[in-house]
Amino acid sequence: MPRWLRRTTGPVGLVVLWQVLSATGVLHPDVLASPGTIAGTAAGLVSDGTLPSAMLVSVQRVLVGLVLGGIAGIALALASGLSRLGEDLVDATVQMLRSIPWVGVIPLFIIWLGIGEAPKIALIALGVAFHLYLNVYAGIRGVDAQLVEAGSSLGLGRWGLIRHVVLPGALPGAMTGLRYSLATAWLALVFGESVNADDGIGFLMNQAREFFRTDVIVVCLIVYALLGLLADFLVRTLERLLLQWRPTFTGQ
Amino acid sequence: MATDVHGAVTPKTADGASAAVRVAGLTRSFDGRAVIDGLELTVQPGEFVALLGRSGCGKSTLLRVLAGLDREIEGEVSVPRRSAVAFQAPRLMPWKKVWRNVLLGLPGRPERAVAEQALGEVGLSHRTDAWPKTLSGGEAQRASLARALVREPDLLLLDEPFGALDALTRIKAQRLVAELWRRRGCAVLLVTHDVEEALLLADRAVVMDEGVIAYETAIDLPRPRDIASPRFAELRARLLDRLGVDGPTDSPADSPSSSGLADGPAGDGLADAA
Ligand SMILES: Nc1ncnc2c1ncn2[C@@H]1O[C@H](COP(=O)(O)OP(=O)(O)OP(=O)(O)O)[C@@H](O)[C@H]1O
Ligand SMILES: [Mg+2]
Repeated sequence: MPRWLRRTTGPVGLVVLWQVLSATGVLHPDVLASPGTIAGTAAGLVSDGTLPSAMLVSVQRVLVGLVLGGIAGIALALASGLSRLGEDLVDATVQMLRSIPWVGVIPLFIIWLGIGEAPKIALIALGVAFHLYLNVYAGIRGVDAQLVEAGSSLGLGRWGLIRHVVLPGALPGAMTGLRYSLATAWLALVFGESVNADDGIGFLMNQAREFFRTDVIVVCLIVYALLGLLADFLVRTLERLLLQWRPTFTGQ
Repeated sequence: MATDVHGAVTPKTADGASAAVRVAGLTRSFDGRAVIDGLELTVQPGEFVALLGRSGCGKSTLLRVLAGLDREIEGEVSVPRRSAVAFQAPRLMPWKKVWRNVLLGLPGRPERAVAEQALGEVGLSHRTDAWPKTLSGGEAQRASLARALVREPDLLLLDEPFGALDALTRIKAQRLVAELWRRRGCAVLLVTHDVEEALLLADRAVVMDEGVIAYETAIDLPRPRDIASPRFAELRARLLDRLGVDGPTDSPADSPSSSGLADGPAGDGLADAA
């Protein structure tokens, strides 16, 4: 039996079982809609344009949050990774703030920023910035001192060392950080949109909850998952391109 | 001599007037233990010096000081401004292709051909575009050697650069270093565990022990050197003796296991091949 076939039996079996349970009435639609209903609902939401426009809004939030948080996280990591002064000023502060669960700041963000786009984007940016900061900083500090020494023996100055040794050496860490921060970004989106939203996937979900539309809720969950997978795929591709030099363990 | 200039590694332009390397009263301690302890060493411009000594005696530490990479020292060190190092471990940047590693840090915008030429000399033409992590140990070592040689330095510091090479490749690499040394007229300090290698290449052999140069001898053999000559055998016997191969002579602290060069069998293979 080919491997892909073996790997698909589990999920497919689960869906079949679910359909059977729904069809026989064991699983009530108010608890969980049947896979068939969900597929139909999804098709409807796509064809009337509700889902695409909601996705667009949500993806936009993630992108803006990612860019803002990315810039902040990387800039702080560079500041504290590359200079002692930066480390003393930034790292201690970040390490202190790190112990606060970032989802818990939603009420504060709402008080500060209202209930529009700002608190949602701020929440995403915050999660992204933290993960990128921690990984990029660790990446910079984890660069092999022997390579830095070799670089300076080759005549590289401070900027040359940063460009040719430190930053490339920190790249694997940065890519890990990007993966984590994307996962965090989707999570932050779900949290942010579930608090209050008048558009986006979270809004669809909130609405569906009011009317016990479990089919719509499941469609939204699937969309979140697919977007997450897509993001992961993009990062992996980027990783393959940027980290070609690294022989990777592919497993058996 | 104890001017105690903390961290004074003075690079000077090679005006040819004085010594290429001058080390006076050099002391380097790690955690209160002086690995180098009042070391004196002078290397003339264009002189080829082989540095021997048992494992852990401080050879690489001395090389790092001479390369200006270690400033936590006491004493005076003056070296040429242009120096190049081939480290004991190849230390190639894994994220740069081999040829880019060779050119890294060179002034101006050197052509790829420069790297290809240097890699060709060490027999690595076919690995120019490889990632360093895919090189074999010996290939990486040769790439690192090419990276040092391409710099055309006034002082070449080589830390066991032929350690991972088979007999034939090793002889080629030795010839290459000898040739560059003749052509360029640079001073060379070669760390090696191989007495024969020292006798084949160097003008002078120095033995490090207890943090100082404990012994040195001029290698006054005509070039090209004949490994079978009686004078060669005599020098080899003397050096091996100083390295404590026949048992510890003057330092009772030596454990019987630290038999200096006895654990470097590659030298014998070379002698037969050459
Ligand atoms: N950064 C360091 N911190 C502490 N101890 C060190 C450090 N670098 C070197 N040493 C110690 O200094 C001593 C000399 O080390 P060094 O690398 O110079 O030896 P070596 O003569 O090159 O040996 P080998 O022939 O095995 O390469 C060793 O005992 C080593 O443990
Ligand atoms: Mg060493």
